[in-house]
Amino acid sequence: MSDTPYYPMTRQATCPFAPAAAIRDAEPVSKVRIWDGSTPWLVTRHADQRDLLNDPRLSIDEKKPGYPHMTKARAAIAPHIPELITNTDPPEHTRLRRTVNAPFMVKRVEALRPQIQRVIDGLIDDMLAGPHPVDLVQAIGLPVPTLVITEILGVPYADHAFFQAASRRAISHDTDPDDDAPSGQALGEYLGELLTQKIAAPADDVLSEMGARVTAGEMTFAEAVTMGSAILIAGHETSASMISLGTLALLRSPEQLELLRTRSDDPKFVANAAEELLRYLTIVHSGIRRIAVEDIELHDTVIRAGDGVIFELAGANYDPAAFPDPERLDLTRPARSHHAFGYGAHQCLGQSLARVELQVVYSTLYRRIPTLALAVPFEEVEFAMEGVAYGLKSLPVTW
Amino acid sequence: MKVEFDEPKCVAAGQCAMVAPDVFDQRDDDGVAILLDPTPPEDQHDSVREAAAVCPAAAIRLTTP
Repeated sequence: MSDTPYYPMTRQATCPFAPAAAIRDAEPVSKVRIWDGSTPWLVTRHADQRDLLNDPRLSIDEKKPGYPHMTKARAAIAPHIPELITNTDPPEHTRLRRTVNAPFMVKRVEALRPQIQRVIDGLIDDMLAGPHPVDLVQAIGLPVPTLVITEILGVPYADHAFFQAASRRAISHDTDPDDDAPSGQALGEYLGELLTQKIAAPADDVLSEMGARVTAGEMTFAEAVTMGSAILIAGHETSASMISLGTLALLRSPEQLELLRTRSDDPKFVANAAEELLRYLTIVHSGIRRIAVEDIELHDTVIRAGDGVIFELAGANYDPAAFPDPERLDLTRPARSHHAFGYGAHQCLGQSLARVELQVVYSTLYRRIPTLALAVPFEEVEFAMEGVAYGLKSLPVTW
Repeated sequence: MKVEFDEPKCVAAGQCAMVAPDVFDQRDDDGVAILLDPTPPEDQHDSVREAAAVCPAAAIRLTTP
C-alpha cells in the first residue's frame, strides 16, 4: 500500500481556497494513509456523506481501537477524555447535546445580533482611527470571536490572550502531547474556578447555565468544565479564519465583493453569501472521523467493522453533483446544504452563532471600508495550513 | 404538504427554525425543534423543503397528500 496517498493533502499554492486536486479527483471511497501509518477510508462525495453521517453503523467513540485520530496528541489524550458530545454516539450523545444546546439556539443567538454588531463596529472604528496598513487577522478576525464567545460564556475579556494562546496550542497539528497537556490543564483549572464562582453567584451566561445543570444533577462538574473549554476553543480560530479568509477570497473576486457591498442591507442575500463563503472555503481541512462498528457496503467497496472512516468536507462542498462549477465563488448560488459545519448528529454546535458573526462582519466591513485592499501582493499572503482548520497568519490590508 | 417531525432524532442544530421560522421553533430549555404547523400554507412550502433538506439529523419528513 506504499502508493496510498497521505492525508491530509497539501493544497496548491496557486489555488489555495480549493481542496487539493487529489481530493477532487478521488474515488467516492478510497484508502488514505494518516500520521500513524494506518489506512482509513476517505469518503469524498456529498450524497454519501449525507447517508453515512447519520448511519448508526459508524461511531465517533475515539476510545475504540482503530479510531483514525487526527493527530498524535489527540490519540494520546483520547483515553483520558470524559464522555462529551464530541466522542459519544446516540443515545448518550443526544442526552449530552441537549444539555448544551440552549445558548446556541437560533433565537438566543439572534437576540445577540445587536451586541455583535456593536463589537464589530467598535473594532472597525479602532481600525479606522489607527495607522494603516493593518493586519486584519489581529484587528478584526481574532478579536470578533474572542469578544463574542468570552461574553457568552461569561469569561472575563481580560483573560483573552491566555485563551487565544491555549486554543492555538490545543488545535495545532504539530503539538506534541507533552506540550499540549499543560495548556489544556491550565484552561480546565481556570474554567473550574470560574464555574465554582458562577454556581455561587450565577449571572446571565453559559457557564452559569451549565452550573445550574451541575447543581440539578443533569451534568457533572467535569463535563461542564470540558464543555466550557471545548466551546471556547472550537469557536475561536474557526470564526477568525472565516473572517480573514473570506475577506481575502472576496478581494480576489472584486465583482462578488461589489455585489455583497451593494446588497449588504439585504439580510437574505448576506445570509446566503455567508453560506457560499462557508462552502467555498471549507476551513476544516483534516476531515471528520468515525470508526465502523459493522460492515458497510458503499458503491463497490466494503468498509469492515473496525475500519476508520474520514469524511473530507471540502470533497462534499466541491462535489459538482451538489454544487455545479464548485471552484467559482458565487454569492447567489443556493449553498445552504454545504458540509462546512459537518453533517449528522455531530454537526457544529455553534453554527448559528458563527453565522450571525459572519453575517455581521460581511455586511459591515466592506460597506464601511469600500476601498479596502490588500497591502501586499496576493502571493505574499501567508497561509496557516497546519491546524485542524486552515487560516491566515496575517492579512495586511489598507484603504 | 404534510410535515412529520421525528423528535428523538433532533440534535437541535436549529437550521429548520432559521430557514422556516413560521413552521419550526426551538424549545427554550434544550433547543429541540417544535413543529408549529404540520400542514403549512403553500407560501411556506419552499422554506419547509429547504428545512428538511438541511436538517443534519434527517428528522423532518415531507409527504404530499
